[in-house]
Amino acid sequence: MTSPDEAGRQERPEQPDVILCADGPMLVRGDHVVQDADGGLHRTTRPISAICRCGKSGVPPWCDATHKVIPRRSA
Amino acid sequence: MLTPKGRGSLSEVVFEAMRGAAPSWRRALHTLPDTDEDLQITLWALYEMHYRGFEDVDEALEWQPELIELRRSLETTFEQDLRERIPHASPDGEFAEAFFGFVADHDGPSLATFVHREADHEQTLELLRMRSIYHLKESDPSAWLVPRLPDATKAALMELQFDEYGCGDVNRLHARMFARGMDDCGLRPEYGAYIDDVPLEVLEENNAMSLFGLNRRLRGAALGHLAAFEVTSSLPSRRMAQGLGRLGLAPSMIDYYAEHVEADAVHEQLAVRTICGSLLAEEPAQRDEIFFGAATCLDLEDRFARRMLQTWAA
Ligand code: FES
Repeated sequence: MTSPDEAGRQERPEQPDVILCADGPMLVRGDHVVQDADGGLHRTTRPISAICRCGKSGVPPWCDATHKVIPRRSA
Repeated sequence: MLTPKGRGSLSEVVFEAMRGAAPSWRRALHTLPDTDEDLQITLWALYEMHYRGFEDVDEALEWQPELIELRRSLETTFEQDLRERIPHASPDGEFAEAFFGFVADHDGPSLATFVHREADHEQTLELLRMRSIYHLKESDPSAWLVPRLPDATKAALMELQFDEYGCGDVNRLHARMFARGMDDCGLRPEYGAYIDDVPLEVLEENNAMSLFGLNRRLRGAALGHLAAFEVTSSLPSRRMAQGLGRLGLAPSMIDYYAEHVEADAVHEQLAVRTICGSLLAEEPAQRDEIFFGAATCLDLEDRFARRMLQTWAA
């Protein structure tokens, strides 16, 4: 699992592999196999993927923008 | 594709000149549009010369000075109209939050909700014909922007465009997926096939994207439009997919919309954060233009939705 820690990224500090979106998904660049909460494995199919962090997506583990219609957690 | 049917004095004169062996450009330049529709269909055809063109027009006319002059004059009128329709103030605060909030606060009629719950088979096919004008050239207007952007924005836009264009696989090119869906629904899949059937509002939606894409000074508006388009795609695409399923329409068309549920959940984040975000980091003065483009996208879709819902309610 890639950590969003800045420390190891001196070479390309401006280009993260993982982007955490406020009140939204986690974007991951590149090829990954994601394990869902039930142990199921899902391979990414696009150059950059959005992984659901709100737990409400209809197509888990991917984000389907459902996070926008649930009440927002406080920042 | 052949030149569209004229919709008034201007378009008739211009299309005839474009098709002709010894065209009278003077007449084309001195004719005024009868109506907005006459103006918009003319502008649409002039823009189309920069995309795939027309079988009945010499492709060398793409840069014919009189046609460019006419295009400049029509698009100036159109841009003024668009700016007058939009409130001037753009929201304050951290950009991504302000942008998502701006779109979320916008409350317009939704064609996807209508298709989801109520539309009948004929109405849904009619909507697909209208949408085909854009979806069969999906992402092409944004492609004009690439060489016009700072490096970070260029890289970010290409990350999104690569996905739109199928990541190297023509079968996953979004425009190609839509064409397959059209064919399987018994509709014509050829580029521009239904241009003579679409109302003013569809012409305006398409022309706004070309206007923004083809004028470097409007790059902020183009990216704001792109971002608003992506932010209003994922949830409506799910409703569309469910509505098409309810009506038993072709699985390939359902796939097209289902693909956009997931793809645009990614793209909306990219468009707002990495694409518009990187442009603002280099060119903070583009903020108002980004919101102008976004507001235009939402406003034009509202106008189209109202038009269709009124037609169907009648
Ligand atoms: S984070 Fe987007 S649907 Fe959960």
